[in-house]
Amino acid sequence: MAFDLLLFYFFAAITVVGSLLVVAQRNPVYSVVSIVAAFCGLSGLYVLLEAPFVAVVQIIIYAGAILVLFLFTVMLLNASREDGAEWDRSHPYYRPGPTRVGAVLAVMLLGQLAWVVSRLPELRAGVGDAAPAASSVRLLGRVLFTDYLFAFEVTSILIIAAMVGAVVLAGKKGS
Amino acid sequence: MLETLMWPLRPPQNWWVAYATLVGVLFLALQISAAVMVYFERKVSAWMQQRYGPWLVGPAGLLQPIADIVKLFFKEELQPKAADKLLFSLAPIISVAACFVAFAPVPFGATTTFFGWLDEPLALQVADLNVGVLAFFAVSSVGVYGIVLAGWASNSKYSLLGGLRSSAQMISYELAYGMALATIVLLAGSMSFREIVDAQAGYYFGMIPRWNVFAVFPFGLVAFLLFFTAGVAETNRAPFDFPEAEQELVAGYHTEYSSMRFAMFFMAEYINMVTVSAVAVNLFLGGWHGPFLSPAYGWIWFLIKLAVLLFIYLWLRWTLPRVRYDQLMTLGWKVMLPLATVNLLVVAAGVLAFGL
Repeated sequence: MAFDLLLFYFFAAITVVGSLLVVAQRNPVYSVVSIVAAFCGLSGLYVLLEAPFVAVVQIIIYAGAILVLFLFTVMLLNASREDGAEWDRSHPYYRPGPTRVGAVLAVMLLGQLAWVVSRLPELRAGVGDAAPAASSVRLLGRVLFTDYLFAFEVTSILIIAAMVGAVVLAGKKGS
Repeated sequence: MLETLMWPLRPPQNWWVAYATLVGVLFLALQISAAVMVYFERKVSAWMQQRYGPWLVGPAGLLQPIADIVKLFFKEELQPKAADKLLFSLAPIISVAACFVAFAPVPFGATTTFFGWLDEPLALQVADLNVGVLAFFAVSSVGVYGIVLAGWASNSKYSLLGGLRSSAQMISYELAYGMALATIVLLAGSMSFREIVDAQAGYYFGMIPRWNVFAVFPFGLVAFLLFFTAGVAETNRAPFDFPEAEQELVAGYHTEYSSMRFAMFFMAEYINMVTVSAVAVNLFLGGWHGPFLSPAYGWIWFLIKLAVLLFIYLWLRWTLPRVRYDQLMTLGWKVMLPLATVNLLVVAAGVLAFGL
């Protein structure tokens, strides 16, 4: 048990430090590497929660596929360091409108976090031994394609829509 | 005979000691396998080109790998001035760490007590995960970071192009690779290597081994060919060795590397070959099951099958010329991916309809 706790703090530290470094880094390549580290830590946390399937899928999809594309793009564009001295205060991001919307979103996020933390004892009581780890994949598949079929299909349509949108935006102009 | 020979060497009976020994032996064996593979690569290439290959150092050149390693240790560690220092040294570590971790869920023999040598049986596997196949896939997909970051951190055009090619290639082939794996997962109804291997014991009609490569002919065979071809591309071996195409990119992503950092990339490449072959043996060729030998000696069968697949790897490299880059992409996206999808769908329909 104590060993589990130690592992939890280890992976949690990796996740938190990695996430902080993503935004604290000036170099986009370092940001991508930090987020990969954060996802690996998160995957370790899933293993501790006895959800090995989620842990592995986290690595395959995020670290193995999506972030490789991120890295690919960052390298291809050869994005340079974002130096603080060169920040352009007249950029649209610094106009009052976007700043206020950002502030409201940040407050909402903080509020949600506070709400979740305040409900922790309640939530913890609700977690039983509901998830048998041994057959988690089979169980997950069955639930995904029966109870949550609608949500599953809607998510697929959302992803397809994003892909079609990207193709339209990036496609050849004219013709 | 072996039993009586080994009895005096009986170790203290503790499962953790036995397990730690197993992990240590496997760790060493993988490193040695890289050296052995380099030797055989040179010998096989020489044999195919009617040369002698290494012959001067030791009998039949057997000590050549040791000489190579010693040479690499004493080489100067060079680093370009404009290189990104942290990532430049991190990249080979990621590469080599990923290739060792990828072997963790791969079993290489039946659960055994070594002829009564141990009281408690020991599984010849580092980690028996119930999602072992996916875990292997996940870790091997992380290995690409080593190559990509090496390409970027070197701050050299050849390295960068090598790294970019590698990531594009691995993303393209991972799809067919994953679908071939999914076919086997469907057939076996399990993601644990051990369960998949054990489902392959026995024979069809009393003569054809129950291996997945012969299962629901020809779909198992197609999955095997897809897996192995994609595996060659994943490990950046000829005829798909674009990340290090000498004529175009000098040495690709490891152009700027020297000494042990270069050796780490080199070792990772050879260990990845061993891992992909070991996974192919487990998933398609029945793992440690085979005629004439009892399961306790199954690891002999495993090693024989592994050696055959590794020989095919070398054979491919020294007979096939490198394909063009657009041909590689065409093959990946327009041939292998549709083929893998159709194969997977037909097997899935078959499993659903007949419960194979």
